[in-house]
Amino acid sequence: MAPRRIIIRNHSSEANLFARRAFIAFAGVLLLLIILFSNVYSLQVNSFEKYQTRSNSNRIKLLPVAPNRGLIYDRNGIILADNKPIYSLAVIPEDVDNLATSIQEISTLLDISADRQEKFFKAAKRKRRFKQIELQPRLSEQQVALFSVNQHKFPGIFIDARLKRYYPFSELTTHNLGYVARINRKDANKLKRQGKFENYAATHGIGKLGIEKYYEELLHGTIGHQEVEINNQGRILRTLSYTPPVQGKDLTLTLDIELQMIAKRALSGKRGAVVAMNPRTGGILAMYSNPSYDGNLFVHGISSKNYKKLLNSKDLPLINRSVQGYPPASTVKPFLALTGLEEKVITESTKIWDPGWYQLEGLPNKYRDWKKWGHGWVNLTKAIEQSCNIYFFDLAFKLGITKISTMMERFGFGDYTGIDIHEESRAIMPSVSWKRARYNKPWYTGETLSVGIGQSYWTVTPLQLTQAITTLVNHGERKVPHFLKAIKEVTLDQEGKAHSSLEDIVYEEQAPLVLKQNKHWDIVLKAMHNTVQKLGATAHAPFKGAKYDAAGKTGSAQVARIKQNEKYDANKTQENKRDNAMFIAFAPYQNPEIVVAVAIENVAKGGGGANAAPVARQIMDQYFGNREITSSIDYSSSQVITTSEQHNHQSHFQESD
Amino acid sequence: MRSSGQDQQKVISIWQKLHIDLPLLLGILSLMTLGLFIVFSAGGQSIDIVYRQAIRLGVAIVVMLAIAQIPPLSYRKWAVPVFILGILLLVAVLLFGHVGKGAQRWLDLGFMKFQPSEIMKLIVPIMIAWFISQDNLPVKISTILWAFILVLIPTLLIARQPDLGTSLLIASSGIFVIFLAGASWKLISICIGLGSAFAPILWMFLMKDYQRQRVMTFLNPEQDPLGSGYHIIQSKIAIGSGGIEGKGWLQGTQSQLEFLPERHTDFIFAVFSEEFGLIGVAVLLAVYLFIVMRGLWIAVNAQHSFTKLLAGSITLTFFVYVFVNIGMVSGLLPVVGVPLPLVSYGGTSMVTLLAGFGMLMAISTHRRFHT
Repeated sequence: MAPRRIIIRNHSSEANLFARRAFIAFAGVLLLLIILFSNVYSLQVNSFEKYQTRSNSNRIKLLPVAPNRGLIYDRNGIILADNKPIYSLAVIPEDVDNLATSIQEISTLLDISADRQEKFFKAAKRKRRFKQIELQPRLSEQQVALFSVNQHKFPGIFIDARLKRYYPFSELTTHNLGYVARINRKDANKLKRQGKFENYAATHGIGKLGIEKYYEELLHGTIGHQEVEINNQGRILRTLSYTPPVQGKDLTLTLDIELQMIAKRALSGKRGAVVAMNPRTGGILAMYSNPSYDGNLFVHGISSKNYKKLLNSKDLPLINRSVQGYPPASTVKPFLALTGLEEKVITESTKIWDPGWYQLEGLPNKYRDWKKWGHGWVNLTKAIEQSCNIYFFDLAFKLGITKISTMMERFGFGDYTGIDIHEESRAIMPSVSWKRARYNKPWYTGETLSVGIGQSYWTVTPLQLTQAITTLVNHGERKVPHFLKAIKEVTLDQEGKAHSSLEDIVYEEQAPLVLKQNKHWDIVLKAMHNTVQKLGATAHAPFKGAKYDAAGKTGSAQVARIKQNEKYDANKTQENKRDNAMFIAFAPYQNPEIVVAVAIENVAKGGGGANAAPVARQIMDQYFGNREITSSIDYSSSQVITTSEQHNHQSHFQESD
Repeated sequence: MRSSGQDQQKVISIWQKLHIDLPLLLGILSLMTLGLFIVFSAGGQSIDIVYRQAIRLGVAIVVMLAIAQIPPLSYRKWAVPVFILGILLLVAVLLFGHVGKGAQRWLDLGFMKFQPSEIMKLIVPIMIAWFISQDNLPVKISTILWAFILVLIPTLLIARQPDLGTSLLIASSGIFVIFLAGASWKLISICIGLGSAFAPILWMFLMKDYQRQRVMTFLNPEQDPLGSGYHIIQSKIAIGSGGIEGKGWLQGTQSQLEFLPERHTDFIFAVFSEEFGLIGVAVLLAVYLFIVMRGLWIAVNAQHSFTKLLAGSITLTFFVYVFVNIGMVSGLLPVVGVPLPLVSYGGTSMVTLLAGFGMLMAISTHRRFHT
């Protein structure tokens, strides 16, 4: 050891120095403590509210609770759109002890494809903690049962039930009901614009078409909220409060599903549409467009293969033909006759001579009747019964396009009927101004003649036809076609018990179509009655033996143009260029209860009487059942026309190009 | 009167004989008890964690009481060899140390893992106090320079691990000795000046990326609220939402719902403030102040400059723990891994801390017998 220096220490001065320094240090400690305390004070007192809010927003989450979508019933309470629980297998990976082996085992048990497993693991990598991931959508009942028995072996794996829309009548109702499908970006943007997006926070599907779309707001309901406390990983610990959702309203439609079934059967194998309506209310009894498709496919997200198949089908199943335009052909003759009477161009007894053709003075073209040798002397009633083209060429020529289009627009042609689906077309009611706007060309007199037999540019939808006949049979009282009959209102009484009642929808009265002479209605209606009731009239055969008293009008629309002096032969014409068959009808003749319009595309043989009228007959047979409504008019002594001709009374005509 | 005076004399002498400083012990025990309650609340209300902590506290108290039995002046004999051994161990850590949490801090001795930097927390003040107390006070400049070097060696070795928190504590323990030994104010000002000049160099060359990130986060935690800023933001929310009265024991949502990270260790102060509010904070700070006052009282009354300096340094270093931890948790200082002394859950630092208090008790109770 090195020798140590001897130090002479001044203990008291050292102690004083140390005490001074210790005191300074203590002062420093005190100062720093004051700083700490004032900082905490500022957090806990000055910023208390701010941090309290942030602390609450950390732990409290509002979970949206989707309302159940309202159900849709037919007029007799048969369910058309249901909510069906769909079971899917879901996993919360954090709750599974050994994810890889558990997924392996459950996949073997429930026969889950490797593809699904791969998808699952991909999703598991991206998702937030404690969020469930779907392993297998749409479990079969067998899979559900099998899993339920083995559930205890798979913690963290569970069955997730969710209500999905289900249409029990599948393609029978698709064109009317539309369907519900996943909310896409476009829907989301629209909801945001309308300020409804919040209400859809928990909703997966939205009405895309038909009634589901039109009444989306009624059907959807109002979102509920569950206020929950969560931890830092998002796991729900407890519910703090619960605001239940307001369920969507149940809708009852005017539709009669049995009638709809008949419509489908009557149209099977054909492309076409039928609309049946109650003329007293405007309620649609049946509306069917064939071919149709299964809306359920879209609920679950249609595969691109299936969608392509629908999209590329030459029968165009996606189109609702009930609201698409067809050339009306002779079905509009009663309306034209009425126009003639109103404009005093003709009277009930005005007769013209039909030699089988019509020619405009100074023009070489001959406009031919469907009956080569003509009908001879023809008055209004006979012209309608026999669907005489020459009479209506003459009438149209005398009226001119403007008087025709003005009157037809009053019947609703060329405009929306206002039915409660969005897919409706306005079709075309041609006029001078319309042609100017559309083609920038003047109107030709020859075109007026074509309009006189429901051809040229003129198209009408089967729905417009039903609306127009309704106005006709109601003597000008107009009705808006509609599906919605009643809404189920659920009210809570004082004890909180729910009571439901059906609230019938009352539709607004429409301004009536007033004629100068009320008897004009009856003249035309009687002619339509003759058309069905008179032996040998164009629609007599299809309604032979009917116990109810029907009236109607046939039509056969030319689809392809036929050159001068060429004769139409269905067998030699391409299928998609063959004639369309049209028919309108109502029954009973006195106090009508049902109006029907039928359109069938490209029929092989015959016209409206042979092809379309039987469809209306089947609908009406179903509608009236065993009811017997006999006619007050006796037609037994009426003149007889060779029946062989009535099947082929097409409104073919030739026109100059 | 006389008999009661005799009783008092007798009581004091019992504590004296046991080498226990009663006020210090009461302060320590009250913080420990409080700590157990908060650890229970912060640790997911698991009684297991409380047992484990209680056992650690028991061991630490035994260590404290054992050390209190050793006459403090006898430390001087061991100062140099133990210091050298400590430095060697720190070098060994850097060469063969066990890597954990991105830092090399432990030596794996086979039967236990051992953190030499913890021991240095005690050895450095002993070494510096011994070194300085050989001379008369106030301390001379040359002595200060040597002392600085002695402090710098372990500080830098620990900073290399990297363990910023511990190196900071060790540096301060040495600097406190120098300060208490009467370093001139002129020198202190120069050192502060040099320190500020050194800061950019520290930032540019010596700090690791994650350390720089911590400082950036401290300056603006909201910049990355879900990443590096998450700790401090959640901690401030916990403290702030506690308000004046607090949410009540076991009722703190930030801690019970686990939004707060490191709840039972470094961020336990946030749990405490959330549940006990400003009133609780005031009480807690008062207990800490009491312990510091008692420690400084012991230092001032110590009879040798070595024990004075040692006691002062231990006390002030203890306060550095408190200040750095609360400062960091409440957003005044960047996040540095320093526990809240006597309250935070955790073993190693607790034992070191109580060993320090053992020395304080020794200094307090042995002075009557040693001059």
